Amino acid sequence: MQIRPILAALKQHRGATALIVLQIALTLGIVCNALFIIQQRLEHMARPTGIDEANLAVVHNQWIGNFTKAQLNAMVLSDLAVLRQLPGVVDAYADYTYPAVGPWAQLSSVRYTRDQPKKTTYAEPYYADEHTLSTLGLKLIAGRNFRSDDISATSDSDNATPPVIIITQDLAERLYHDQSAVGRAIYIGDTPSTIIGVIKHLQVPAIGTHSFAYCSILLPLRSGNFNNSGSYYLMRAKPNQLDDVVHAAPAALLSLNRMRVFDGEAAAQPYSVLRAIGYASDRGMAFLLSMICGVLLAATVGGIVGLSSFWVSQRQKQIGIRRAIGATRGDILRYFQTENLLIVSFGIVLGMLLAFALNLTLMKFYELPRLPMYYLPIGALLLWILGQLAVLGPALRAAAVPPVVATRSV
Amino acid sequence: MFRYYLGLGLHSLRRNPVLTALMIVLIGAGVASSMITFAALRALTADPLPQKSAQLFGPQIDNWGPANRGTNDEPPQELSYTDAVALLNSHKALRQTAIYETVLSLVPADARRAPFTVKGYAATRDMFAMFEVPFTNGGSWSAEDDAKGGSSVVISWKLSEKLFGGTRSLGRRVSLGGHDYRVVGVMADWNPQPRFYAEGSIHSVTDVGNPPDFFVPFETAINFQLIDSWGENCTNDYKGAGWNDLLHSQCDWISFWVQLPTAADAQRYKAFLDGYAAEQQRIGRFPWAPNNRLRSLMQWLDYLHVVTEETRVAFLLAIGLQLVCLVNTVGLLLAKFMRRRGEIGVRRALGASRGAIHAQFLIEAGMVGAAGGLLGLALTAFGVFGMGSFFEARVARLVHIDMSLLGLTLLTSIVATLIAAVYPTWRAAQVQPAWQLKSN
Repeated sequence: MQIRPILAALKQHRGATALIVLQIALTLGIVCNALFIIQQRLEHMARPTGIDEANLAVVHNQWIGNFTKAQLNAMVLSDLAVLRQLPGVVDAYADYTYPAVGPWAQLSSVRYTRDQPKKTTYAEPYYADEHTLSTLGLKLIAGRNFRSDDISATSDSDNATPPVIIITQDLAERLYHDQSAVGRAIYIGDTPSTIIGVIKHLQVPAIGTHSFAYCSILLPLRSGNFNNSGSYYLMRAKPNQLDDVVHAAPAALLSLNRMRVFDGEAAAQPYSVLRAIGYASDRGMAFLLSMICGVLLAATVGGIVGLSSFWVSQRQKQIGIRRAIGATRGDILRYFQTENLLIVSFGIVLGMLLAFALNLTLMKFYELPRLPMYYLPIGALLLWILGQLAVLGPALRAAAVPPVVATRSV
Repeated sequence: MFRYYLGLGLHSLRRNPVLTALMIVLIGAGVASSMITFAALRALTADPLPQKSAQLFGPQIDNWGPANRGTNDEPPQELSYTDAVALLNSHKALRQTAIYETVLSLVPADARRAPFTVKGYAATRDMFAMFEVPFTNGGSWSAEDDAKGGSSVVISWKLSEKLFGGTRSLGRRVSLGGHDYRVVGVMADWNPQPRFYAEGSIHSVTDVGNPPDFFVPFETAINFQLIDSWGENCTNDYKGAGWNDLLHSQCDWISFWVQLPTAADAQRYKAFLDGYAAEQQRIGRFPWAPNNRLRSLMQWLDYLHVVTEETRVAFLLAIGLQLVCLVNTVGLLLAKFMRRRGEIGVRRALGASRGAIHAQFLIEAGMVGAAGGLLGLALTAFGVFGMGSFFEARVARLVHIDMSLLGLTLLTSIVATLIAAVYPTWRAAQVQPAWQLKSN
């Protein structure tokens, strides 16, 4: 191949070549990292919650006035009774938060014994009752569900841990590997809690959880005023009746007792809306980074098209001479394609280093994992292909230069 | 001649639609990225009360001492109840107010209507004049309400509409948080941004576009034990519980503003603050030397980092992106102009001066810039509209599009493209007619 003459020609245009190499490097470095972050965000958004999301509705209820724990418990119970009787409602329960994108979460350290100095794993609880499994559509795979006499009322000043709990399969496997977890006691506070049941999948309430995203615990507790800001009623609607439930629930609650306020513009919301709000920043970041990648790639293509067109028009005479002394159109075409391949390759080598350095910086300042190696060849391939496509037009025009140009004397 | 060059430019741009489109996309995307981030920066650096901000100051008193100071020796950002009352009673400024945010449930008199929550502030009557709050009806409460804690309330016109429809609301009763208040004033639209006047509110998302629903007298709020919705900042050793303990504690939760018309007034007030702290030191309440601050409104916003570091970085990155786009536009313009050497040669041979060539190609570039600017406008609008999804939600709600932003987008786009066209145009004007006119 004709690499040496190409290099010699590039030496004549050091500035322009350096600029385009630098830009390709910058593009590769940024695009690799951006694609990686996009992929991370998409993965985060795609995590299954383990619940029947499509039919779930959520109401945030806050009472007006001051009430005792027992009063609140009775009020919540009569609210739930009303909600369960609504046509279209399969079941309902009250919680201090809601799954996956909840406003609250309580980080709990799970231990085998009371005095164990270091936690075995983290977990996050829900407040549940005997209706929780059927409301969320959770599958019990071992043991039993709560009974109504397991459930106790709680308030912000209580910190006793309940004697019985239900945990997820993921947590059970972390604690007891392949042995059965049912009947064993663990510590999440100062007193032991016996595991009475294991459910299949349930994501923890906090959206940003990664290492223990499915380590959920169901506590048989009911709070009418968690953290001084009320509680959430979760309702499962029959198929295709979610909208009816969303409309009917607030009105039914208000006619039972007017001294309450609901959160925000909509008193009740489909879970899908809350989920979309919860993941809005992930979606936005993915979108923004795709835009930046798009602009950078377009800029690079533009740069290559512009520069090679310019060089082609500058070298008309040389091309004519080469054609006159025997070079075929294919030779000319390949000359510019090879030239582009060389330039892009320089850029890619530099860009890989840049991608790596950028990743290290991001790892230091944000909790970003190491960039998987396969992003580099993928990014490189992308730029090679784009480079070849961008240079094709100018190269074809170069190949079309007739040999007669050589005969025009200067 | 200008119109002739416009025609030539249009013709030339149509001849290579791909190159032209690529340039327009690059210019449009570049200018949009810097305009969107500029709009965010502009919104955050805005002066909430331009005609008054130089006269407004927020005093800070160090009631926590060196042990509880951060690394920068700054006193707490809010005042304790004790200090706030002492400053109120001193009347050393032209006007002064203690102020804090509170969220209350409002139970409509009509039993068929659902209760809802409203957000407002406890303040003194000076606040209305200090912050230039406009009224549609009535006015601020009386000095007696301030002194004795009268149950008067000033509400927003939106709340007035919601509660009483179109009817006159002055003098009517509103049940707020379990207490009855009498409406003495209805505010017109008033929502300076950022909401500087109460700690916590400054960084709040929902305040943008939602003016305060009500104001109640500070003394009344204290009597009714209305809690600060942003909570109190207490030292770690605070063991108190309940309202009475809070009022006598060193917990800080009250924002304070004074109006000091001249620099001399500000100096005197600072001296008064230091005197007050020295007196507290003398009586043993603060065993440390005075460590007070008196920041003007804009200094206060700057100190609280209302402009987040992310916004500045985003702006710089966007400028970088626009530069990358621009450099590549240079290459594209160069390619486009140099391809027309034959045409340039003919024009030059027929007597066109270099200046004429310059004019022709700069006009062509200006057209590309304008087209890019139009695309940039669309992208900027799209970006500002969808900003909430990728920018901090609070910033996104502050940002808005106005004529100046639109004009700036177009102008930036055209000027940037003209700058990018300088070198390609120069090259085009250097074309030797003789070379191009050889037989072909």
